[in-house]
Amino acid sequence: MITSLTLDAEALFVALRDGVRRLCADRPGASLVGIWSGGAWLAARLQTDLGLPGEAGVITSMLHRDDFAERGLAADGGTTRLPFEIAGRHIVLIDDVLYTGRTIRAVVNELYDFGRPASVALAVLVDRGGRELPIEAAFAAARVTLAPDQRLSLAKDANGRFSFAVQEAA
Amino acid sequence: MLSQRNPQLNKNGELIHLLSIEGLPRAVITQILDTAGTFLSVNERDVKKVPLLRGKSVFNLFFENSTRTRTTFEIAAKRLSADVINLDIARSSTAKGESLLDTIANLSAMHADMFVVRHSESGAPYLIAEHCAPHVHVVNAGDGRHAHPTQGLLDMYTIRHYKGDFTQLTVAIVGDIVNSRVARSDIHALTTLGVPEVRAVGPKTLVPGDLAGMGVRVCHDMAEGVRDADVIIMLRLQNERMSGAVLPSAGEYFKRFGLTADKLALAKPDAIVMHPGPINRGVEIDSAVADGHSSVILPQVTFGIAVRMAVMSTIAGNVA
Repeated sequence: MITSLTLDAEALFVALRDGVRRLCADRPGASLVGIWSGGAWLAARLQTDLGLPGEAGVITSMLHRDDFAERGLAADGGTTRLPFEIAGRHIVLIDDVLYTGRTIRAVVNELYDFGRPASVALAVLVDRGGRELPIEAAFAAARVTLAPDQRLSLAKDANGRFSFAVQEAA
Repeated sequence: MLSQRNPQLNKNGELIHLLSIEGLPRAVITQILDTAGTFLSVNERDVKKVPLLRGKSVFNLFFENSTRTRTTFEIAAKRLSADVINLDIARSSTAKGESLLDTIANLSAMHADMFVVRHSESGAPYLIAEHCAPHVHVVNAGDGRHAHPTQGLLDMYTIRHYKGDFTQLTVAIVGDIVNSRVARSDIHALTTLGVPEVRAVGPKTLVPGDLAGMGVRVCHDMAEGVRDADVIIMLRLQNERMSGAVLPSAGEYFKRFGLTADKLALAKPDAIVMHPGPINRGVEIDSAVADGHSSVILPQVTFGIAVRMAVMSTIAGNVA
């Protein structure tokens, strides 16, 4: 069983930073867009650490989710803020965990409501498998296998340090 | 009897209809305001549409006329991708004698998913919510003198937008309080959100002393009512009240309770002036104030669309 101890989020962040640096090098003028909420934390820190100009974008899957009929609106779904033109721009999406791919599908739809990007790539801290859609990350700092009833989520403490928590479904 | 629970909430405490602000927990109200913030930005995108209500049919049932409220509900539903059907009730079956519940049964047979209801009878939206199928949701768009909850919520959104926090505010509601469903919804919302001082301002005929039971301070003097207020909500003076000898004349009313620059100067320097519309210039509000820098009357209209999107998508996502 995976526990939070075996996934060192800070060490994975260093690997993610290197991966995203390479993705940006291949995509002139690329902008980072973090997926609410864990991905947005990561993107904000990557923006600073990589010395990119301006602010990273934030995007929410809330308005395009395919489980709206079953689950309704998320209580704290966040708000999309993209402080740059999307049309013609290379976008690197950042998220903490890639699982079924459904969030990414929703986020790509959301992105297109703002314009037609030149390209969209995805970089994540952890790819936990279990895909239900044909979506892949261009970079994943770690690949692990978790049981479907395990929930992996990124946490950020008061000092901005990241950690992973694994919750077993009740 | 089944139970005393609020018919707007399901057994998990989630909103399934919006009938009144009375009895809604603070968390539910705050959640709608937060969600409205997300939808406000949708109205500024290239594509001003999200697919949350795709494939759903929203019926606007306005048994009482209101162009503005009906239009903002229609825009809100369309921006959520719903199909919107506007029924001109005054000219349809109801005029031929069909009962309210028969009308609802027929529309349900046309696969309605949501009813937006305005009715001159207090409680009509409750009756519909009680009798419609479990998957159907009801929004009260104003019933009699009872409630106008989406106006109340958009007023709260407006106040929060300009003032941030509710817990230090003095809010004056001025005008025909006793007949106003807007005033009633605002008062319930303001007290639920923790506003320490809500004043009901107007002549004794329109602001009876027993309103104090709703947690408001009654003021029959305009200067006392607006002094040091952070927010002034002006209500439309309904002309039909004048004929009933409740008020002497429009001119006399304006002199005593109309909001002019002089009276506004008694409020806090950064006070905002609100009005649910339509405004009667020179009756309850002076043009210089309605168009002045303190007025947020037009932003209220813009926020109203986002708030109605938040209400419709919240209830549509919850199961009875």
